[in-house]
Amino acid sequence: MIEFPSADSTRLDSYVDRYAARTHGMTASEIRALFAVASRPEVVSLAGGMPNISGLPLDVVGSAISNLLQAKGEVALQYGSGQGDPVLREQICAVMRLEGIEAHPDDLVVTVGSQQAVDLVTRIFCDPGDVVLCEAPSYVGALGVFKAFQCEVVHVAMDAHGLVPEHLREAIAAVKAAGKRIKFLYTIPNFHNPAGVTLSAARRAEVLDIARAEDILILEDNPYGLLGFDSDPLPALRAHEAEGVIYLGSFSKTFSPGMRVGWALAPHAVREKLVLAQEAATLCPPSFSQMAISTYLHQHDWQGQIKQMREMYRERRDAMMTALADFMPASCSWNRPEGGFFVWLTLPPGIDGKAMLPRAVTARVAYVPGTAFFADGFGSNAIRLSFCYPPPERIREGVRRLAGVLEAEMELRTTFGATSLSSHRARSEYDAPSTDLS
Amino acid sequence: MDQGRQPEWSGEPLPPRVLVLAGGLSHERDVSLRSGRRVAEALRSAGIEVDERDVDADLLGILRSEPPTCVFPMLHGETGEDGAIREVLELLSVPYVGAGPAACRIAFDKPVAKETVARAGVLTPASACLSAETFREMGAAEMMAAVVAGLGLPLIVKPTRSGSALGCTVVRTAAELPSAMVNAYAYGPVALVEQFIEGAEVAVTVIDEGAGPRALPAVGIHPDGGVYDYTARYTAGATEFHVPARISPELAETCAEVALQVHRVLGLRDVSRADLIIDPSGRVWFLETNVAPGFTETSTVPLAVQVAGLDLGKVCLSLVHAAVARNRDNPDA
Repeated sequence: MIEFPSADSTRLDSYVDRYAARTHGMTASEIRALFAVASRPEVVSLAGGMPNISGLPLDVVGSAISNLLQAKGEVALQYGSGQGDPVLREQICAVMRLEGIEAHPDDLVVTVGSQQAVDLVTRIFCDPGDVVLCEAPSYVGALGVFKAFQCEVVHVAMDAHGLVPEHLREAIAAVKAAGKRIKFLYTIPNFHNPAGVTLSAARRAEVLDIARAEDILILEDNPYGLLGFDSDPLPALRAHEAEGVIYLGSFSKTFSPGMRVGWALAPHAVREKLVLAQEAATLCPPSFSQMAISTYLHQHDWQGQIKQMREMYRERRDAMMTALADFMPASCSWNRPEGGFFVWLTLPPGIDGKAMLPRAVTARVAYVPGTAFFADGFGSNAIRLSFCYPPPERIREGVRRLAGVLEAEMELRTTFGATSLSSHRARSEYDAPSTDLS
Repeated sequence: MDQGRQPEWSGEPLPPRVLVLAGGLSHERDVSLRSGRRVAEALRSAGIEVDERDVDADLLGILRSEPPTCVFPMLHGETGEDGAIREVLELLSVPYVGAGPAACRIAFDKPVAKETVARAGVLTPASACLSAETFREMGAAEMMAAVVAGLGLPLIVKPTRSGSALGCTVVRTAAELPSAMVNAYAYGPVALVEQFIEGAEVAVTVIDEGAGPRALPAVGIHPDGGVYDYTARYTAGATEFHVPARISPELAETCAEVALQVHRVLGLRDVSRADLIIDPSGRVWFLETNVAPGFTETSTVPLAVQVAGLDLGKVCLSLVHAAVARNRDNPDA
C-alpha cells in the first residue's frame, strides 16, 4: 500500500553485484568506529600492538640509509628478486640461528611483513572450506586472511603453557571425522598474540609428534621470539623439524614495522610456490626496505638494540602487572607474559568485553575485545591488553580507568542479572576452549 | 583553493575561509571525520577555501587568532550535537552553520525532543526514558516487566544522547530486554525504551538557504538485514535507498510537513534531518532529528540533495551564506 514504484533506487556502491563472495563479510563495524577515538591523545590505548620504536637510533638508521643510497642507490630503488635480496637472506639466517634454526638462504622468501607470508601460504594451500587449525584465541590478522580465503577455522584450546596437545588431538580427530581436510596448524609459540603465553619446551616436542603422526603441516609464526624478558628463547619448532614446518619471521618487532619486511622459511618445494605467488602478488618485496635493513644489520649492533627493547618492554610489562594487581577486582584473572607485547585478561563472569568497549572509550581507555581473536564469536569474556606502546605511567592510568569501567559494568550486570546476559557461546562441533589463560 | 575558479561568494569579507570541524571524542568520531571530509570537498568544489580541524586544546586559540568566515560543525554525538561547541562559537561571535546551542540541547536529547514535538501534535511512538539507576533502585526484573506491560512488544532501546544507531537494539521478546538495556547503557546513563513501529523508514532533510526552511524529497531506507544499524548505515551496498521514497505524493507531503514542523518546533536552523517511520496504515511517526546530520558517502542528506536536483557544494555554500548573513544582521543571535 505504501510502496510507490516510480522511484529510483541505489545502494551507493555501483560495484556491489560484482564483488567476490569473500568480500561480502567486509563491513563497517561499531568496534572499528570506536577505535577511531582511541587514536586521540586523551585516550590511553591498551589496544594496538604497535612496537615502540622511540628507542631506535634514528641517526644510525639515517646514516645507513644515506650510505645505502650513495653506494647502491640504483639497485635499492630498482625492482629486485621475487625471492628477496640475497644478502638480506644470508643475514636472516643469522637472525634465525638465535632461535636454533639452521637454514639455507635459498629456502627463504622475503615478504611484505610476515602478514604477507600468512597470505601467501594460505593462498597456495587453501581452497574454500579447507580447515585451518588455530589456537584459541589467535592472531586477528591471520584470522582475517583465513576468512578472506574462505577457510574454516577450528580453534584449539591453550592454557598457561600454550597449545594443549590433548585438545589438538581431539580437534584433528573431530575434523577428520567430519570428513574435512586440515591444511595446516597456525601457531604462535612465543609470547602469543593475543594470549601472551609461550608454548613450553615439552609441549613443542609433543605438538611436533602429533603433527608428524597426523601428517599436519605447521605454520609457525614467530614475530616476538627475540623479545623474551627472562631467559634465552626456546628453540623454534622449525629448529626440530625442517620438512613439516613453514616458519615465519619479521623485522617489524625487532626493528621497524614501517619497513614492512618479513620472511617465510619453507621446505624447498613450498618455497618454489611461495616465490611464484610472491611474484604474482607484488613482483618482488621492496628492494629499498630490504637493503636498508641489510645495511642496518651490517653497520649496527642490532642484538644490543634488541636487548634495549627487551628492557623497555619488560618495564612496561611490570608496570601493567603492578597496575592490574593494584586496581583490578578479584574476579578478574590475567597471565604474566614472559615476553612480547600482550596480556590476556579474563573478565568477571557475565561481563562482555565487546559490549563494555563504548563505556571504556567514554572513560578514555581502549582495549581489544576477546571476540576479535576468535573466528566464531567466542571470547566475549576476555580482552587483550597491550603494554608495548604507552609509557609505564600511562599504562597505570589506563588500567586504573579500566578498573573503574569494569566496576560500573559489573554493577550494571548485577542489576540486570549476569546469567541472562551472558553471551558466551560454545562451538557446536568442537569443544569450547577455556579463555582463562592465567 | 582552486586558483582558477572564482568562488560563488557574495558575502564579506573576501576571500571567504570556512572551517569544517570534524572528529571530536564522541563514539561517532569516525563518522564525523567522513562527514567533515565530504562537506569540505563539496565547499571546495564551490570554489571556497576550506580548513578541516579536529576539536582539541588548540582550537580556541586558532578561532581567536585566525577567525574563519564561518564554521561548519560536522561533529556528531556529544559536544558536536549537544550544543557545547556552538556555545563556544557564540562566545567568540564566530558565525556557524546550524542550530543554536539551546535548540541543540533539546533536539539531541531524544526523549526531550519527542516530548517537545508531541506537544505540537507530531505523532511519535510511546516510550519511557529510564536511567540505569532507576533499575538499580527499583529492581530490574519488576521494572522490565512494567516496561513490557506498559509499552508492549516489540520495542527499540536506544541511548538517549547518541547517534548512528550505536547502542540501539530491537527487542522482540521480553527475554531480549536486559541485554538491550545494558547495550544502551554502555553509551550513556539514560536509555529510551520506545515502541518499535514496523513500517517503511524514511529520512527527510530540511534545508534553509536563507528563504525559509524547505523539505527535500524523502529517502526510503531498506537495509538488507531489516535493521538500519551501524553496519547497514556505513557499509556501502548494505542498504538499498529509494530516491525518492516509494510513497504516494500525499504521504510524501505529510513526511515533508512533519519534518518541517519538527525543524520549526525545535527551533532548528540551516539544516536538519528527521528520521520517520510510516506504518502500514499510512501514519507518519517521528523518531528523532539530527542537528548535524551525516554527510558521509552513505548518508541520506547528500542523496536527498541529489534527488532534489541540487549541487551539494552549492547547498553547503548557501548554508554558509545564511549563517554569515545571520551573524552580520544580528550579531547577538
